[in-house]
Amino acid sequence: MVSRSGGSTRRTAAALLAGGVLVLSACSTPGAPAADEPTGGGQTFAGGEKPDCGDEPVTLKAYIETGFPLSQELFDEFTSQFPNVTFDVREDQFAVLTQNAPRVLADDPPDLMRLPQMSELASDGLLLDLDSYAEAFGWDQWPESQLEQMRVDDEGRRGNGPLYAMGLNYSTTGVFYNKELAAQIGMEEPPETLEELDAALQAAEDAGLTPMAQFNGGATGGFAFPLQALMAAYGPPADINQWIYQQPDATIDTPTNLEAAEHLQRWVEAGYFADDVNSLDYSAMMSRFIEGDSVFIFNGNWEAGTLDRDMAGNAGFFLMPPAEAGGARASMSAPLTYGISAKAANPDCAAFFFDWAATDEEARTIGVEVGGSTPMGPADGYMPPVEEGTVTAETLAAGTQVTADNGSMDFIANATGSIYAKSWTPNLQKLAAGQQDAAGMLTAVQADYENEIGG
Amino acid sequence: MTQYSAPVVTGATTPAADAPSAPVDPRRRRADLARRLRRGAWAMSLVAPAAAFYGFFVLRPLVLTLQYSFYDWNGVTQAEWVGVSNYVALVRDPQLYGSILNAFQLILFFSVVPVTLGLLAANAIRGIAATRLSVVARTVLFLPQIIPLVAAGIMWSWQLATNGLVNQFLRLIGLDGVTRAWLGDFGTALPAVGVIGAWVLLGLCMLLLLAGMTKIDTALYEAARIDGAGPVREFFSITLPSVRQEVGICITITVIAALASFDIVFTSTQGGPGNSTLVPGLQIYYLAFFQREVGMASALAVALMLLVLAVVLPLQWFARDGDK
Repeated sequence: MVSRSGGSTRRTAAALLAGGVLVLSACSTPGAPAADEPTGGGQTFAGGEKPDCGDEPVTLKAYIETGFPLSQELFDEFTSQFPNVTFDVREDQFAVLTQNAPRVLADDPPDLMRLPQMSELASDGLLLDLDSYAEAFGWDQWPESQLEQMRVDDEGRRGNGPLYAMGLNYSTTGVFYNKELAAQIGMEEPPETLEELDAALQAAEDAGLTPMAQFNGGATGGFAFPLQALMAAYGPPADINQWIYQQPDATIDTPTNLEAAEHLQRWVEAGYFADDVNSLDYSAMMSRFIEGDSVFIFNGNWEAGTLDRDMAGNAGFFLMPPAEAGGARASMSAPLTYGISAKAANPDCAAFFFDWAATDEEARTIGVEVGGSTPMGPADGYMPPVEEGTVTAETLAAGTQVTADNGSMDFIANATGSIYAKSWTPNLQKLAAGQQDAAGMLTAVQADYENEIGG
Repeated sequence: MTQYSAPVVTGATTPAADAPSAPVDPRRRRADLARRLRRGAWAMSLVAPAAAFYGFFVLRPLVLTLQYSFYDWNGVTQAEWVGVSNYVALVRDPQLYGSILNAFQLILFFSVVPVTLGLLAANAIRGIAATRLSVVARTVLFLPQIIPLVAAGIMWSWQLATNGLVNQFLRLIGLDGVTRAWLGDFGTALPAVGVIGAWVLLGLCMLLLLAGMTKIDTALYEAARIDGAGPVREFFSITLPSVRQEVGICITITVIAALASFDIVFTSTQGGPGNSTLVPGLQIYYLAFFQREVGMASALAVALMLLVLAVVLPLQWFARDGDK
């Protein structure tokens, strides 16, 4: 009797185990309940005195993008100035960061994390609201355009609302050119108008050079760079930001954007782009430009340091010229965004690090020399001396001009989590191959955009 | 095989139970039952660890995927029940069903080409089985199988680039006119991805088919030759029918590889240009990790699984029929 009941118990247990796994897993609704825990999206710092890292040993957990030495250099300098603070760093490719962001912020909360497109992360309550730090440190006194892109309101729209991230510096985009090849086609000075740029592209084409080997392959359609530059040459950058920030009724399909897209289409039809742009990735574009196989490329100042090293004296930079002479210049200019997890263990110290990176002279020097970009911070912040004639000097000057012209825009690829890979890229690839026209592209992207933010 | 599974675990048909039903002492019957249960429990405890792993890592994710497919969920916050609307979107969205059509085109390259070439190669190698050349040929053809798919994808994306090996060769023989960025051209990207798959899968098919061919009784060939059959007749009358089962396995494996492809496409084109090489595996990845639509991604995954079963089960049938 004993053995019988024992056997059947075990058998029942085994059956229950197998079935239970299935049943249990299928019962509950997936996902944690929406952030009603006190920490979710809340604040740990109550305001008042400036927080800092204290005197006790602190280990800041950082999750950053691999391949960019700026963060690590800043971490090292910070540790040497504040020896009680060390960093526990994990690095990943940007695409991996994008995939993992929600789960890492929720389950393995870092104190500092390089953020992908952040509106959903903020509205899901995964990021710490930094407003009280901004007040304590005086970040709210900095030029508002620096922080605007990192504000997210309670509808998940960017541009307004609490601050959910901070930049380590901010980028400026425009056109790099090869000075030797430019002299060869008679371009002595950077173009002042769009017409002059068209003429230079035509001259390069006539000389048998490749005017632009702009990357447009894989899941990263680099034609978004010239497209957005053209959009800002034809129309006001503020309208483009409205669209990127998902403001109500914003559309990308506007008359000036259509002119811009048609201009890009004319460049394609005139053969100004390399034949194989749809198979070129970013690194292939950079190696071709450095080797002198492309007169111009649309790119950003994060490459300035590399170009000063690999093309010393031969690389130049200009902001996209306006359609009308003397018009304001605009540029895609985005902060290198870092956030603090809503569940981070050391938010005060992480916020102190952000403030330090923007205000400390050593940190700002690293930002310029290693990052090649303009540091965050007050408009009159310390700037390290930069050698005349370098492309870094040109990109820094361009950054100043963009601020003066109030022309900074976020990147059209950042409007939603997947608008770049799933909408801009395939449509720009079709445009490059002559399978899609300008109007069709804008209509298609707008439809995808509405589908995504509506659903 | 499965029809004759031995009744080890359940103990339902032990000899005692099959014995002529003479009136049996109930006490003895109870003892029998206890013994059988003891034996069953013992077997069960041996199977349990493996079954638990299988349940947790195979069955549980399957059930969860099915469950997620009925929700609108971003992977983090509370999910919302949406019924079958994810499946409705699947048939309506051209990008979603377009990826499935692309996968079917890949079958041509992933299945038809490797199985056909594999048959020819295996037949040729069988003919020279005794020589050292056959070892070399086998090794060379099988080599792509041991290269990780990701490495194969990257290597081929270099070879198919504008200045890659393929175009260099074409220029060498004077075909400058046809050179292009094979993976960046709307017309050639999908076939180019297919070529990479064919290159990878040819070795596997060749080896499977060759193994099948070595089992064939050589007396059959001798008899055929006495009857005056040539190599072609031998191939169609003896070799091909004898390896019917292996062909079935090859087709099954390669069709699954085509429909569920991910690695090669991800490393060579990432679905571009303009979605022309988008396959369901890649689409699931984008949906889940970029668009954060876990429900939609799960629905596509379930649909893909059903699709693979719908294609592969008839193939299995077909291959098994040949045995009878």
